[in-house]
Amino acid sequence: MENLHIDQHISRKYNEELEDLRNKVMTMGGMVEKQSKNALDALINGDSSLAETVATSDYRVNSMEVEIDAECTDILARRQPAASDLRMILTVIKTITDLERIGDEAEKIGRFALKLANSQEPQSYYSELHHLGEHVIEMLHGALDAFARMDVEAAVRVAGRDPEIDQEFEALTRMLITHMMEDPREVKNVLRLNWCARSLERIGDHSANICEYIIYLVKGHDVRHVSLEQIQDTYIQKK
Amino acid sequence: MSENNLTSKRSDDNVQNLRECDIRESAKVREYETIGEPYTDNAKICARDVNVYYGDKQAIIDVSLDIGSNEVLAMIGPSGCGKSTFLRTLNRMNDIIPDCRFEGNIKLDGEDIYDPEQDTVLLRARVGMVFQKPNPFPKSIYENVAYGPRIHGLAHNKAELDDIVEKSLRRASLFDEVKDQLDKPGTGLSGGQQQRLCIARAIAVSPEVILMDEPCSALDPIATARIEELIDELKEKFTIAIVTHSMQQAARVSQRTAYFHLGKVIEVGDTREVFTTPKHELTENYITGRIG
Repeated sequence: MENLHIDQHISRKYNEELEDLRNKVMTMGGMVEKQSKNALDALINGDSSLAETVATSDYRVNSMEVEIDAECTDILARRQPAASDLRMILTVIKTITDLERIGDEAEKIGRFALKLANSQEPQSYYSELHHLGEHVIEMLHGALDAFARMDVEAAVRVAGRDPEIDQEFEALTRMLITHMMEDPREVKNVLRLNWCARSLERIGDHSANICEYIIYLVKGHDVRHVSLEQIQDTYIQKK
Repeated sequence: MSENNLTSKRSDDNVQNLRECDIRESAKVREYETIGEPYTDNAKICARDVNVYYGDKQAIIDVSLDIGSNEVLAMIGPSGCGKSTFLRTLNRMNDIIPDCRFEGNIKLDGEDIYDPEQDTVLLRARVGMVFQKPNPFPKSIYENVAYGPRIHGLAHNKAELDDIVEKSLRRASLFDEVKDQLDKPGTGLSGGQQQRLCIARAIAVSPEVILMDEPCSALDPIATARIEELIDELKEKFTIAIVTHSMQQAARVSQRTAYFHLGKVIEVGDTREVFTTPKHELTENYITGRIG
């Protein structure tokens, strides 16, 4: 089913419930995207007040997760959804778990940013970190966009960026290790930076997960643990 | 023109539009090929190119479908889609309907059940049926179950007959509830018990296939759960085809599901797949309650 037609049930209330659910996921997605961006900005610019905001505002995402979960439970109990509706509910339940984790990662970056803002930071690595962060946030944005449009091809393309992110993270880690060896006094801060990079890399992983759920939602195929090449071969239209 | 006339004119137009829609849709449906896997390796019943007509109206169009040994096949679809008609062709219950005409071929263990030589009484002993409304005979509980084995000569003496009655009632999970009142009328039982009595009556003649036409639609959820549990146990020994309007029931009890629409089998396959990833849009629309 390419088009899910969630607005075409005989029960208008059911349409509204599913639409509402989808909107809430988009809102939650928007929140974690904003948080991730703020976390990155706070880190790069050493903005301690923004870092503080990020580090302390995760509760909103958490309560949103609980609220959406409750709505899914309600729909499962009362509507007994089948086929694409069932896949929609399962996708939402899984997606919000990943979104919530992204929120956690942003919070972690916020905390480290707060500590790093008050120290003599090794600025030279910030451009690499910034680069990684921008890529990750683009990926998250792409995943949310693919979710909004139920766009499988877009989801496959976004998931396909994950290996780049992993490589960037690896390269950055190598640089940070070198730096630690050169200047052992900086180990603490460099480790903090590495944790931030790790969190960004995890945000990329969670975004890729969301893309896999979108493929499941639209196509009905579970592509977790399927190689990226195979996914690309199956779902990207050969031009 | 008065308002009344206007309204009736409009509704006439609507009816006309609906009819045209119907005709257009049924012409389209006629073209559909069945999606999925209508055939199985271990078929108990093989239906091929089945067409059934009630007078001029065609109720079943080119249905080819297997029912595998020891499987529960669920048939779902909107009212008037032909699922009950198809079910009734499997033990020739349609024979008794005037104007009903059958074309095609249905084999039970490779044997043509529409062979003119076929004894329909024997056929119906091999392919038993349970109906929507429990319909016990106005006789005692014991006699309800004993009647079939007696007329088919399955018991040589009273002890054997007692044994068949007890076993059938046990298999229908009813024995413990009625063992002290076997001489009481079957019609005095609750709806759920009556339906299990009918199942006991159906299995008393050791059928190979049991056809069920919405067996739970007149029952409460507890009685329904009992029957569903029973269906699950019965499939060890029998082959079961069930028509149901409850999608959840089809999903719960069957291994394969066939979706009927305007007399055609649109899609058939593994129940799990039909309910999570149906391939045809009509199936998807039906099981998710969408407007087609």
